[in-house]
This record gives sequence, C-alpha cells and structure tokens, in this order.
Amino acid sequence: MATVSLKNLVKKYGNLEVVHSINLDVKDREFVALVGPSGCGKSTSLRMIAGLEDITGGEIHIGDRVVNELPPRQRNISMVFQSYALYPHMTVAENMGFSLKIAGRSQAEIDAAVADAARTLGLGELLERRPSQLSGGQRQRVAMGRAIVRKPDVFLFDEPLSNLDAKLRMQMRTEIKKLHAQVQSTVIYVTHDQVEAMTLSDRIVIMRDGHIEQVGTPDEVFRRPATRFVAGFIGSPTMNLREATVDDGKLVFGNGDTLPLPAEFRDSVTAGQKVVFGLRPDDLYPAGHGIHSGEAADVHTASVPVTITEPLGNETLVFVEFAGDDWIARMLNPKALQPGEKIDLSFDLSQAHLFDAATEKTLRR
Amino acid sequence: MRGWKPAPHVLLLLPAVIVLAAVVILPLLLSLYSSFTPFRLTRPDSIYTFIGFRNYQRLFTDKEFWIAFGRTVLLLTVALNLEMVLGLLLALLVEKATRGQRLLRTIMMFPMMFSPILVGFQFKFMFNDNVGIVNNALQSLGLTDRAIPWLIDGQLAFTSILIAEIWSSTSVFAIFILAGLMAMPREPLEAAKVDGCTPLQSFRYVTWPFVMPFAFIAMTIRSLDIARAYDIVKIMTDGGPAKRTEILWTLISRTAYSDARMGLANAMAYVAILLSILFTVMFFRQLAKARQQIGAEW
Repeated sequence: MATVSLKNLVKKYGNLEVVHSINLDVKDREFVALVGPSGCGKSTSLRMIAGLEDITGGEIHIGDRVVNELPPRQRNISMVFQSYALYPHMTVAENMGFSLKIAGRSQAEIDAAVADAARTLGLGELLERRPSQLSGGQRQRVAMGRAIVRKPDVFLFDEPLSNLDAKLRMQMRTEIKKLHAQVQSTVIYVTHDQVEAMTLSDRIVIMRDGHIEQVGTPDEVFRRPATRFVAGFIGSPTMNLREATVDDGKLVFGNGDTLPLPAEFRDSVTAGQKVVFGLRPDDLYPAGHGIHSGEAADVHTASVPVTITEPLGNETLVFVEFAGDDWIARMLNPKALQPGEKIDLSFDLSQAHLFDAATEKTLRR
Repeated sequence: MRGWKPAPHVLLLLPAVIVLAAVVILPLLLSLYSSFTPFRLTRPDSIYTFIGFRNYQRLFTDKEFWIAFGRTVLLLTVALNLEMVLGLLLALLVEKATRGQRLLRTIMMFPMMFSPILVGFQFKFMFNDNVGIVNNALQSLGLTDRAIPWLIDGQLAFTSILIAEIWSSTSVFAIFILAGLMAMPREPLEAAKVDGCTPLQSFRYVTWPFVMPFAFIAMTIRSLDIARAYDIVKIMTDGGPAKRTEILWTLISRTAYSDARMGLANAMAYVAILLSILFTVMFFRQLAKARQQIGAEW
C-alpha cells in the first residue's frame, strides 16, 4: 500500500516535450483515473511511473521512495496492459505465478497465491490452458490475476478494456471495481473512455496535450468543470458549448439570439466580455420533459425549431436550432416530434457554465 | 486403344508422373538396386550381379565408414551449436541497432552469397601454413613464432573446416532468429520487466521461448546442409591428411568415382540419408513442440 506523487514530471522525446511538468498526489488506496484524448500524455505518464519510460525531469515518489532511477522490478508495482501482454508459452497458472517464481518463492507459496487469485477472478478451470486458448475477456482476467498475485503497492492499468467489445467492457468494469474494493490497493488507471473513468475512480485526472486540466471527483469534474475542454470531454452526449458576448445582463450569440446571463455569473463577467456558454443536454429540454421537473430556479424558455430527433426508447435526443447552430436537448418521457416543428425549449440556467473565451477557464468563483 | 479410357484425374496427373518417374523415381530405384550389386563403373556388366545385402553387411564392419559417419555427426553437432550461439548473439546485437539496421542485415548475409567452393578456397589460402594470413597475423602479434600447420595437423584441419563452415553459415541462424525477434510483441517483455525480471531473466523466460521455433527452423535447414557437406571439405583438405577429415560425402564420392565402386557407394549414401532423415525428424518434432508452446498461429 502506498501513495504516489508526481512532482514537476517532464517527458521529452528529443526536443519534443510531451508531458509538461505535471503534479499529482495519489493517496493510499485511492483509485485515480488518468483520462484524455489520445496523445495527451496519460499513457506516457503511467509508463514513467512503471519505469518503462525514462523520466526527463521532475520526480516520482512511490511511498516515501524516489523511484526515478529504480528499474520497474524494484518499484513493487504491477501493470495490466491493453494488449494483455501475457506470456504465450506459459499456462494461465504459470503466467500468474511468474513474478513470484522470479522472486524466488517456493512452489507451494506460488500455488497458494495463484489459487487465491484464480478464485477471486473466477479462473479456476482455466489454470492449465494457454493464453491462445482463451477469449479476450478471459485473457484480460488472467492479466489482472498476474497483477494481484504479487500484492504490489500500486496497480497500474493501461487502457485495460480497450480491446474488449462493449458488453464485455461493462462487465469487466464492474469486476475491476469489485476487485479494487477487495484488494484495497492504490490504483492508477489510464483510459480514453470518460465513462470508465467516471464509473470506476475516486478521482479523475483529465489531461490534454501533456498538461493536467483538472483533478477532481467524478461529481466535481461533471458538475464544476474547470475548463472548456473538461466540460466538453466529460459527459455524454457532450455539453452544448457556444461562444457569446456579455451585454447588459444578457448573453448575445453570433446571430443575435440572446439568453439571460445565469445568475451565478452575474458578478464575474463584465459587459463586452467574450465568453463560452455551456449547457448539458440534461439541462436543455422541451418544456415539461426535463430531469428537474420544472422546479429548477432559473429556467428560461424559448420557441425553437426541431432539426432532427434520435429516439433512444427511454429518452429522445432532440437537435434544435438556436443561435444559428444545432444544440442537443434531452427529452425524457419522449413524445414524437417532427423536423421543423416549433417547440418550447427550456434552458435550465442554474446548471449553466461560463468559460472565458480567451483563457478557456471557468468564470465560476 | 478403344475401350481403354482412363479417368480424367489419372490423365491429368500423367504428365507430372512421367516427368517425376524419369528424373526422380527411376534413378532412385536404379541407385537402390545398384546398392545390392557389386557395380563398378569400370565393369559395367557387374550391375547385373545381384549380391543381396553384402554391401550393407560390409559397411557395418567398415571402420573407415563409421569414423567418417561419426566425424560428420561431430561436425554437425559442434557447428550447429556454435552457429546457433553466435547467430543468436549477432541477431540480438543487430536487433538493438536503431540506425542502419537494414544495412547491417545485408552485410550480415554476405557470407551466404559466396559459393561454398570459394569459401573453401579462401579459407584454404588463409590457413596456409606459409603464406596464410592466419599464421602471418599470429606471428606478427607475437603470439607464436612457428608456422602452425593448420591444414596438415589432423585436429587443426578439422577445426579449420569448422571455422570455415561457421563463418559461411552463422548468418542463417542470425537471420531466422532476427526475424523471430522482430516479430515478437513488445508487451510481454515490458510485463516481464514489471514482474521483476532482470534483463537476463527476460531473455531466458520470454525472449528465448519466443525465438526458439525460429532457431529450430534454422537448425533443420543447417543440419541437412552439414549432413551433405562436401564442397568446403573437398577444397580445403579433400578428407586429408591421412583421412583425418574424411566425412561421409567425401568418402562416398571417393568410393564412387576414384575407386569406381558405385554399388558400395550407393549403399553408403542410403545409410547417410538415414542420418539426415533422423535429424530432420528430430528438429521438426522440436519445432512443433516449440510452436505449440508459444501458441503460434502459423
């Protein structure tokens, strides 16, 4: 069990800097997800923690040790790879017991540990098979078994579910969560899938272009995104984000359409300021079909035409035209709408976000 | 011809069968038959005298034949092992090269581009006790002041042949093993690092099992090569001095053409081929096992 801290961590390939001096403290037994689009530096950071990449600058602490110069084997970590990275010539049992064998443990001890892990992961019947005889989900489970057998200080997951199909991914997600509850270890989990990050982690680290954009609980990054990027990245369907200008208590969009300035931001903007207005589809709905059932404090209603609809059964995503652009609204208890039909659209402005157009930082205080 | 109408598949296969029969099956049967005769090239009618297994019986008590047989196996064993170790090291080095790897691979294959006859001449020249570069170098470096009789001393001659053989064919192993290394996925190696392996352990437990099938393919090819080795030995020592480097095929060719005893030589050849078959079967078994082990999909 251990904490992990990154202090001013930098990674350069030649002259190209891909991780720009990031800082992060992971608490003991915490589940932290690093999430971001591909090329944001999340995997590189994880591989630096694992010791598979050299550290260009800064320090990594695991527990109270600086591990910069330690090879992976001395860091007491284990890692689950996207491609499983099982040893093809070893059986499942040998794969899982390999680290203990290398550590020179007795065969009895190895067998016990492997049996224990196999029980946790439901791999009992597969112990004598080889990886080539397993399905993707089973291979991933073996990879996790290999990780837990050695009882490391820190688990590192590098996009472990990306190679699985959607259904299996959901199932394994639940298993990883259960596993973490059982083994009570520090976990750093890299993914590009914000749903995985939201569902699994205690805290989410959102990265972009080698910088950390925001660190927070799933609730924090969802409800109070610190930057325009986080607002757009977290949540599905994505938040409606549109540029506007502040003018006398109003937000004026490019084509002249206006919305009242949300009360929360009244004191944090000045007239003429360029801002980005953000509103999740959950907070934009045909009147009477919203989540907040009309009790929200600050609802503005406008009459807008429907462009298209995407019915999902329990709800319908309605694309509406407003401010010269398509906005996504979410309609609960859906009823049929025709393209071109004008509807009363409710904007729940108490849930709105405003970002400075230039710095892209939130204007929330 | 009416009434005789072969099925279409027989008809279609017939040309191939005729060609095969003419160039492979008939000569094979003829040579097999002649190994049961005292056939001498100088007395053509001796081919009609059938003597049963007498040639084979003679071989089993022929000390010279079994010494040549044993020497071939020795050459094969030593050369294959050394070639594999050297080829492996070479492949590992070349694989590490980040720049100019293509060039290195080409250079590595140079020895394979020379005819074995030329390799034999070149090494014969290099190992010459008077003018050869080897003695010259050893003497210039002050390591010895006498002319070492490389090709004249029996054991040294065998060693010289071994060196020529290894020089010319180590790259077979290097190329195959390099192909294995390059086809190898990187992640298991990284997993091994995280699992606590030192570089040596990573090689022992992860890299080697993966490239082993490739090494076995090279082994199979090379074992056939050496089991029929002839040219390098013929040029460098011609089995000499005093038959100290006589191997199977130099003995067989001497028996067949110099002594003109074709019947006996054919009997020897059939026994020699058994050796090749034995090694091929052995390496193919190993290959199948190794392939199954790494779960190869080829």
